[in-house]
Amino acid sequence: MAKKSSSKARATAETMAAKQRDISVSEFFAKNRHLLGFDNPRKALLTTIKEAVDNALDACEEAGILPDIEVKIEEITPPPSPQKAGRYRVTVTDNGPGIVRRQVENIFGKLLYGSKFHRLKMSRGQQGIGISAAGMYGLMTTGKPMVIHTRPKKNKPAHHIELAMDTTKNVPEVTIDVETDDFPQTSSGTGTRVSLVLEARYARGKTSVEAYLEQTAIANPHTQITFIPPDKADEDPELEGEPTDEDTEPEQAESGDIVRTEEHADRIVYPRTIGELPPETEEIKPHPYGVELGNFLRMLKATDEKQLGGFFKREFCRVTPAVVSDITKAASSKGKSFTGQSWIKNIDHAAAEKIYAALQDAKLRSPPTDCLAPIGVRQMLAGMLKGVQAEFYTASTRSPAVYRGNPFQIEAAVAYGGDLPGDQQARIIRFANRVPLLYQQSACCAFKSVVETGWKNYGLSQPRGGAPVGPLVVMIHMASVWVPFTSESKEAIADYDEIRKEMTLALKECGRKLGAYIRRRQRMKREGERRDVFERYIGEIAKSCTALTGVDTAELYDNLMKQAKRRTEIADAKLDEEGKFIKDDDGRLAKDDDVIIVRDGQIANPKDEPKAETEAKPAKRSTPASGKKTAKKKVVKKVKKKRSPAKAGLFEG
Amino acid sequence: MAKKRTTKKSPGRKKAPAKTSAKKPATKSKSVAERDERTSARLTTLADGIVKSAMSGREPKVEVPTRSAGNTKWNKSRGILQMGSGTQERQLFNLGQARKFMQTLLHGEGIKKLIGEGKTQSLRGMYYQGLHDIMGTKEKTFNDQTESDAILEDLEVTIGALREELHVFAKKRGTMVGNITVIDSGDTIDCRRMGSGGYAIPSICEPDVIQFDSVEADFVLHVEKDTVWQRFNEDKFWRDYNCILTEGSGQPTRGVRRMLHRLNKEHGLPIICLLDCDPWGHYIYSVIKQGSISLAFESERLAIPEAKFMGIRSSDYQRCDLSDDVKITLNDRDITRAKQIAEYPWFADNKPWQKEIQGMLKNGFKMEVEGLITKDISYVTETYVPERLAAEDWLG
Repeated sequence: MAKKSSSKARATAETMAAKQRDISVSEFFAKNRHLLGFDNPRKALLTTIKEAVDNALDACEEAGILPDIEVKIEEITPPPSPQKAGRYRVTVTDNGPGIVRRQVENIFGKLLYGSKFHRLKMSRGQQGIGISAAGMYGLMTTGKPMVIHTRPKKNKPAHHIELAMDTTKNVPEVTIDVETDDFPQTSSGTGTRVSLVLEARYARGKTSVEAYLEQTAIANPHTQITFIPPDKADEDPELEGEPTDEDTEPEQAESGDIVRTEEHADRIVYPRTIGELPPETEEIKPHPYGVELGNFLRMLKATDEKQLGGFFKREFCRVTPAVVSDITKAASSKGKSFTGQSWIKNIDHAAAEKIYAALQDAKLRSPPTDCLAPIGVRQMLAGMLKGVQAEFYTASTRSPAVYRGNPFQIEAAVAYGGDLPGDQQARIIRFANRVPLLYQQSACCAFKSVVETGWKNYGLSQPRGGAPVGPLVVMIHMASVWVPFTSESKEAIADYDEIRKEMTLALKECGRKLGAYIRRRQRMKREGERRDVFERYIGEIAKSCTALTGVDTAELYDNLMKQAKRRTEIADAKLDEEGKFIKDDDGRLAKDDDVIIVRDGQIANPKDEPKAETEAKPAKRSTPASGKKTAKKKVVKKVKKKRSPAKAGLFEG
Repeated sequence: MAKKRTTKKSPGRKKAPAKTSAKKPATKSKSVAERDERTSARLTTLADGIVKSAMSGREPKVEVPTRSAGNTKWNKSRGILQMGSGTQERQLFNLGQARKFMQTLLHGEGIKKLIGEGKTQSLRGMYYQGLHDIMGTKEKTFNDQTESDAILEDLEVTIGALREELHVFAKKRGTMVGNITVIDSGDTIDCRRMGSGGYAIPSICEPDVIQFDSVEADFVLHVEKDTVWQRFNEDKFWRDYNCILTEGSGQPTRGVRRMLHRLNKEHGLPIICLLDCDPWGHYIYSVIKQGSISLAFESERLAIPEAKFMGIRSSDYQRCDLSDDVKITLNDRDITRAKQIAEYPWFADNKPWQKEIQGMLKNGFKMEVEGLITKDISYVTETYVPERLAAEDWLG
């Protein structure tokens, strides 16, 4: 580096060394906040809320509590002009387990501190950057510390802590630490409330806080979210008066009533539509295929095990003793031979590399998949039903698959028709581990898979290289122990072939059902039009026949009309004897468990609640076997319900 | 040559009769009355079938004989095209046919009315007669006259009645002049004294409308177009060669063909055609001789198997020593059509015609009758036709 024999040396190794020092992570962040999603005031607000809500949900679920979350935004200083930032206070309250006092600073005040980075487990947060970064952003833009209230134990006072942060040292500074009774009575008795003041801009639209919460509610139907936007926060909401008893919990109604987002004068409530938590996920050890050489070397150095066999057994999954003996044999050469009993301290870099190569070549079983908790078909449908006003809903959950040694699972759902705008490109909502992804849509694997799917086959129009056009909402969820994001701000899923393939397959499953529905609709419409045509001509024909034969016009007309009706009966499917609207039975489609059809604000094909089954084995809810069972049950019930059995046969042929 | 005079007519009255034919229902002959009755009865039967089906809950439908090449049979021994027995069902409860079904009945009703009132109606008139908004909609019963014309042709074959039996006529097309007197709806018309315009051949040339008087001509010369016909008329060719001169403005209408047919059958006049040397000219001859595909059901009273094709022949370019100016290069469509015509069964085993078509294809060009003007204005009337007539060299 240092310049050789130059009188005008700009720097010497010494002078440079004087300037070289540690870069604190927080300092790095302060300069590169866009990497974490704080590029502009509007996004900063969203990211802050997102991190707080993600943490709250993760905590509630780990503690086995049905989440009740309240998000409140207050305007402290309005933006001087619509393009500029104002000052806002964001408060997120949950009913989670709370945080023990000594951990508060670490969790909220220190970057890269968390429980989630070191393990392979499906959770919303991954790196442990989120909420502390939000706190740092608030501190930097307004100088106000983060205020935390947490009650880890029922019936005990809550902690009130205010945190600032020393960005150069990545050390939290506690400014206030008192005990307080000023904490809302949550349903669980415990909980946490985080409050930050930051420079931000509140706006509506596709990437707004509201959109984020709405989508969170769709992917987390077990969660109740209350949102108090700034234009409503002034109206002094009585938070404490909020009824939260479990009895009034809106279970998914069997009568066909739909639980929808409620807009009140002062708040928006995204109600809970599923009364059970997602199954708890297992933590897994890394699969050798997903580990890179550098990582492997680090693990080898860090392990407490003394011998190779023990190392593999303890640090990896799917490496059986038989595999170990195969690998060691493959890595052995004339001079050096390895076995499971070889001492780790004796393995040098070259040997480790050989072993690593052998490991990559070995035939290994796929990683276990019980570490994944998909949302589930029924839950996705409930979520979509709540957030999207359409007439047709279907969802599909794929079997788990693996990319780079990481198990993952793809789910998709579509909503079609109803009040959705028909002349625009479909709205695509993307989720990673139940977290909505709002930015960088076109860079996302999920978007690419939507474009790649041939929607024309399913009766929708689709411009070349674009998303389909029509009254359609497409939802894609990726559940994985490690979601490959394209950047730290977690906005888009990286485009792995394995992931894209699974996404496309899930979309096709939904597409096929949608296509069947659309074709049915079109057929009914055609039949209706057909009858129109016949009816139009029958009058003329009756008149002409009278002129030619002297037959009674009215009588002939009636007879012809009767025949026209009979021949176009399918168009009548939704009219009963009195000409009133009843439910079209929608043919076989309605009997599918993964389809919901809404007509006149009612679910046209209400499902039986497979309660007992679900509770016993929540993780297997969506396996084909149980799906079939419920479908059969459904058929029996449907037949009983049918009003006119004659019409039932209409759609069979 | 023969210059026999018949009754004199004022020019003003000459054109009138052709336009309003069958003006006098009072003088309706007995056979005509019977014919009308038969047509009415057939219409009623058609409607009765529909009513019966409707009342008993069966599908109302009409059997319409198919007017297509596939359903056209070549009767070799008689030398005419005939319609096969193929039919199509026209159903009310079929989205593609419902409208036509309605229109068929609508025209049926209209025709019954015409018969009852003893009036005739033009194709265009029929279109307007049936035209109205369908009750409670903005849809018209007919979109245009073409739609209406096709329904009338369907109706003809369905109930087995001819157009004139339906009291419907087409726009007249085609002209006649020559040594003949025609009685048209009671008016005597001397075709020797038709000036430069000629006698317009009416759409209906049935014996109850048109009768012949003093047919002195020896043959009929039919030319393709009015322009050629004008040349012959101006040169008074028909006087010099004692013939009747007709033209059909391209493909001759049923009226013209019926007129030729009757002159041939009733008075034994040979029909000699002077047409262009191109596939369309060939096909005009074919229609005059054997009948057409779409009107195969009428061949019996329209086709003239004895009709002759005088020219223009493909060999005339060399024989008459014509200049290159008469050549019109055959385009792809011409070639396709020529090959198609050569393959029709009624041409397939006609060796002279195969030779003629091949000759034209080999030439690679077509020729129009007007092309002969390159030799001399009256070459066609003074040299070409007289030579051909003398040689009696024509295709049959």
